Amino acid sequence: MQLAMHLHHLLYVAAGARHAQAAVAATAPGTPGNPITYHILNLGALAYGLAAIGPGVGIGIIFGKFIESIARQPEAQGRLQGFLWIGFALTEALALIGIAVFYFLK
Amino acid sequence: MNHVVAVGAVHACSHVGEGCGYPSPSIQDFYFRPLFSIGHFHFDKPMLLVLISTLIVLVFFWAAFRKPQIVPRGVQNLGELGILFVRDQILRPQLGKKGDNWLPFLSSLFFFIWINNIFGIIPILYFPATSRFEYPAILTATVWVLYMGIGMYRQGPLRYLKNLSVPSGAPWWILPLLAPIDFLSNVFIRPFTLSVRLWANMLAGHVLLLVFALATWYLLTLKIQLVFSLASFLLLIALTGLELLIQLLQAFIFTVLTAFYISGAYESAH
Repeated sequence: MQLAMHLHHLLYVAAGARHAQAAVAATAPGTPGNPITYHILNLGALAYGLAAIGPGVGIGIIFGKFIESIARQPEAQGRLQGFLWIGFALTEALALIGIAVFYFLK
Repeated sequence: MNHVVAVGAVHACSHVGEGCGYPSPSIQDFYFRPLFSIGHFHFDKPMLLVLISTLIVLVFFWAAFRKPQIVPRGVQNLGELGILFVRDQILRPQLGKKGDNWLPFLSSLFFFIWINNIFGIIPILYFPATSRFEYPAILTATVWVLYMGIGMYRQGPLRYLKNLSVPSGAPWWILPLLAPIDFLSNVFIRPFTLSVRLWANMLAGHVLLLVFALATWYLLTLKIQLVFSLASFLLLIALTGLELLIQLLQAFIFTVLTAFYISGAYESAH
């Protein structure tokens, strides 16, 4: 019964979406007959793009320094590898907080 | 009333060929129709996955260490591999040898998070329960209560808060600026980043896999060359490999940071 209800609702929404598409195509956006406006600027995508700059630079620095230090002292690789992954995850966290915000602003 | 809409990746207009376009994954893909309901309590797929992962952890470690022998045989080998990994890579560097009492907690935490993450690439299941915020949130709440409670119990509330706010060796004139920032950072920002790091990693990974899986299907229906859909499929395979690494890494990081915060509660980290 629940399943039938949900399927019915889905079909209704699908039909409504097509109806709305027809209405949007017919009238100009922003007018009283058509409250749907087209968004030129997706704020969430812009926010995430800006937020990804810092962690991008940071992760590049971390891995670059790791490669450099192994080039200087190859026997330190085992000890440094732990720090590598910890540093990578901590820096990546900021970029991923940004992508979580993207879903809130969408 | 109908706030639960999606059954997996179903969208209002997902019939290709009717000009609906690419059914891009959205936040609706993380809401599931309940499998059954008792009154207002809805039991849905992430809850089932969390139960399954708990059972797996319990059954595996019970079977591995049921009759432990000095020379390990069978499942005990695998269980020892897991436990020694947690002990030598996570526990010993942070807590030292006398922190071995924390091994059951940290290994359960590590394997629980890791198995839940892995469910994101297991067929039929295909959903990491840790990508719903409530599961990392409750784990982080446990860790927060642990490191605040133990710190206040062992060092006294005021002294522990002072240790959290004032790093040693800081000149006195910077303290009015530094202490509030450090206090906020250690008491409030730490649980926030700990939970959001795990949650957002799994969310982003799941969405990435969804994008390329849906693209593989969508490009097949577009009456263009097969090679485009094939390229999307190959990229999906590569991203699944990346997800394997990220899942293990995020479980590792969560456990390492837990051990670090607990060690800071025992004695001042500075």
